[in-house]
Amino acid sequence: MAGLFQRAIDQGGAAVALTIDGEAVQAQQGDLLITAILLHRESLRRFEFGAGSRAGFCLMAACQDCWVRLADGRRLRACSTPVEAGMAVIIEGARPG
Amino acid sequence: MVIVGAGPAGVRCAEALVHAGVRPIVIDEAEQPGGQVYRQPPTGRARRSSAIYGFEAKKAVSIHRAIGDAGARIDYRPGTLVWNVYGDGLDLLTREGSRQQRFDRLVLATGAMDRALPFPGWTLPGVFTLGGAQIALKAQGVAIGRRVALVGAGPLLPLVAHQYANAGVDVVAVLDTTDFAAKRAQLSGLCASAGTLAKGLWYTTRNRLRGLVVRYGVRSLRATGAGRVEALAWREASGEECSVACDAVGASFGLRSEAQLAELAGCRFAFAAAARQWLPEKTPEGRSSVAGVYLAGDGARIGGADVAELQGRRAALAVLEDLGLTVNRGERESLDRALARQARFRRALDAAYPFPGHLLDAVGDDEIVCRCEGVTAAALRQAARDHAAVDINRVKALTRIGMGRCQGRVCGEVAAELLARACGSDLERVGRLRGQPPVKPIPIVASAP
Amino acid sequence: MSESLRVDVTIIGGGIAGCAAAVALRKARLTVALLDKSLCGAAASGVNFGGVRQQGRDLAELPIARRARPLWDGLNERLGEDVEFEATGHLKLARSDADMAQLERYAQDAAAHGLRLELLGTGALRSRAPWLGAGVTGASLCAEDGQANPRKVGPAFARLARRLGADVREHEAVRSATRGGAGFETRTDRLEVKSRFLVNCAGVGAGEVARWFGEDVPLRPLVPNMLVTEPLPFFIDRSIGVCGGGVYLRQIARGNAILGGGGGWGDADCSRSRPATATSLAAMASAIALVPALAGSLVIRTWAGIDGAMPDHIPVLGFSATTPDLVHAFGFSGHGFQLGPIVGEIIAELLTEGRSLSPLAPFAIERFAGATAAPCAPVDVDA
Repeated sequence: MAGLFQRAIDQGGAAVALTIDGEAVQAQQGDLLITAILLHRESLRRFEFGAGSRAGFCLMAACQDCWVRLADGRRLRACSTPVEAGMAVIIEGARPG
Repeated sequence: MVIVGAGPAGVRCAEALVHAGVRPIVIDEAEQPGGQVYRQPPTGRARRSSAIYGFEAKKAVSIHRAIGDAGARIDYRPGTLVWNVYGDGLDLLTREGSRQQRFDRLVLATGAMDRALPFPGWTLPGVFTLGGAQIALKAQGVAIGRRVALVGAGPLLPLVAHQYANAGVDVVAVLDTTDFAAKRAQLSGLCASAGTLAKGLWYTTRNRLRGLVVRYGVRSLRATGAGRVEALAWREASGEECSVACDAVGASFGLRSEAQLAELAGCRFAFAAAARQWLPEKTPEGRSSVAGVYLAGDGARIGGADVAELQGRRAALAVLEDLGLTVNRGERESLDRALARQARFRRALDAAYPFPGHLLDAVGDDEIVCRCEGVTAAALRQAARDHAAVDINRVKALTRIGMGRCQGRVCGEVAAELLARACGSDLERVGRLRGQPPVKPIPIVASAP
Repeated sequence: MSESLRVDVTIIGGGIAGCAAAVALRKARLTVALLDKSLCGAAASGVNFGGVRQQGRDLAELPIARRARPLWDGLNERLGEDVEFEATGHLKLARSDADMAQLERYAQDAAAHGLRLELLGTGALRSRAPWLGAGVTGASLCAEDGQANPRKVGPAFARLARRLGADVREHEAVRSATRGGAGFETRTDRLEVKSRFLVNCAGVGAGEVARWFGEDVPLRPLVPNMLVTEPLPFFIDRSIGVCGGGVYLRQIARGNAILGGGGGWGDADCSRSRPATATSLAAMASAIALVPALAGSLVIRTWAGIDGAMPDHIPVLGFSATTPDLVHAFGFSGHGFQLGPIVGEIIAELLTEGRSLSPLAPFAIERFAGATAAPCAPVDVDA
């Protein structure tokens, strides 16, 4: 699936394997988690208080829009966390409320 | 002696203190120095610095190297969030959990973030801030989309347009929400920093030569799409309605200072009309209203990277003076002159890019004002009406605006602007959202030993 | 002094109690001026935990708490706004046999006041609240207790009071109040209010008001430390407390979990409060122990409430011992929220009929006769 982001300057790099909602995808060493996800998806999480989803906003750890949940329960701010092999991101999880 | 922030202000402050024989602790949330303006790609993604920072490459590299070059003379703590200031200590979030750090003197160099204003569709996936669009390219070599519309109200706009176009991205629109006439009128003032002016003109010219769609005086933005952004519409200065298909928007309107730690440190704040924000009071040398607490860089008032470097150095001199150490008078006077020159340029720049208040005048009732909580302008206006609320903290209590994860960073000043309009007050009178720790979310497990 | 008012009743303090009193007095056709130093409902009433709780109160408070409870059911309609009251039930947790014995004793005593509590053993608790951690051995459930949004209740009462014709003045800190031949004179920087009656519900500042009338009371500031998490999927369907106090938590319908326990910092002049890091971290650890599924959440804000506490943890409520026509209602010791609406009615009863339907003897200010005013150092908080 094509995501929001596109690589404009492909430097290559060691592949990093992760899953998004159980589906295996690849990122590169040095990708932030937000990059790793948005290269393949159009959102990071469902919005809690209305229709629609969120995909981050400021990319500088200020707006707090890009917090994602991993299957192991960890909460990570995607724009300030490097992707690591084995991360299992949950996007289409259960909605609060 | 603690410095919070390893951007241009924090780094130059540390450098100047080391030069005088003082060993500062430098605490920074990021893993590498540079702040946002000179943000580095993560290790393993490094590129030629001129490719990333253009004309500023030399400055950027110098900032990046300064802490490492000082070696053991700086106690450098990257990857560490300062989430609270209390009296003479800081609460830190490190990889190992919550820690505390005492200080005798504190320099806050906490930088800025984009100033976002709401417009229809601004919460759609694919709509990012203009600074965010730049960071994606700078730090990750990715573009926020394939067909990217860029919107701004400051000199960042032509720069990012140039950087994106240079990287081969299809930039479908470059929309300046301020008028061209404002820039022309400030030309002589902008000459106070001829180099900066020249760079700005260069970016603008390159963009035109590439055939980018560049518009000034843009009004009435609207992003639309099902599930993600698909188009951006606007009204031209002529009144004509336009739109482009796009799959990403980078939009923001100047910068706002991140002054949360200054507030927790007890600094007195004053309303700054030009910045349209409450800012910590600061002497020209960088002293705050609290003895032992100093402010430098965009975190206290927006001045840009070059000013941040000068202020970092100047604050270090103020610290040294307060420590009773001798300070080179010539250096101090030279810094003060440079800062005064920059201030003249800054005033002209602010006038060349006046605040696009028209976007706030256009905010409709079902516009989301608070992204985190999904609170609309209607809720704010109803609180103002039904409760005769004229205080932004009361509006927060009644509507939940500012109660989300960002604790009002994105929406606080916007809500104050809308409240002022709703109750016919001036912006200063509605006040500002009061801050409490943590200044950013901390995991509940940070409590674990 | 730029403005003079003359009313039947002056109320010092625009928290829930004061505003509810203004409403009740207007219903009784008395003229009312209410003076608040800041915005109505912004102090104790607005920054408390939000528990609407009868269980666990000192038995002396149960009659008035029982009387307050039905008022919460119809509150939205009465106030004309949604103050988000929900009878989620309150679970008081036991973590030892001694705790459980304490809960059993209380349940018996409470029954005599008409408060029905259900005792749950380990098995029953595990099936009713599977999200509780190990270490919780039993609980007492008060099914009709619940929670509401403290930020909304105070302002809503103030708005109703205004609608009913009370003269509600905000940003009017009272500088002095005296009684002369013609009644009370209450002064702010801009107002002089003459009245026959005076009501002191000045919260953490009520001790000073009492002192103006020669009644020294050992009121001390209480600064309950609190935290709130980001919104989470809703699963904590009861408001939670523990035997011995120390930690309390609830989850609102939108998903944020509110945790409290321990004390923050109070200002030297008792006017401002700040959360204390060590207390916050301890509350976070306690919360995870009680509800392990909270472990994956983010804390987004901490704060400290500000309230007035009496040494016996029950309020001063009733007539002044020194001055006719003066009623005190303060010192709610961190648990006045649920009582607020009825305290207003009681104040009106006292002023219009000279007595209350409720037994107020335990709350008499006379019990502190001979006491000296306490220093401003905050007390240790116990939930």
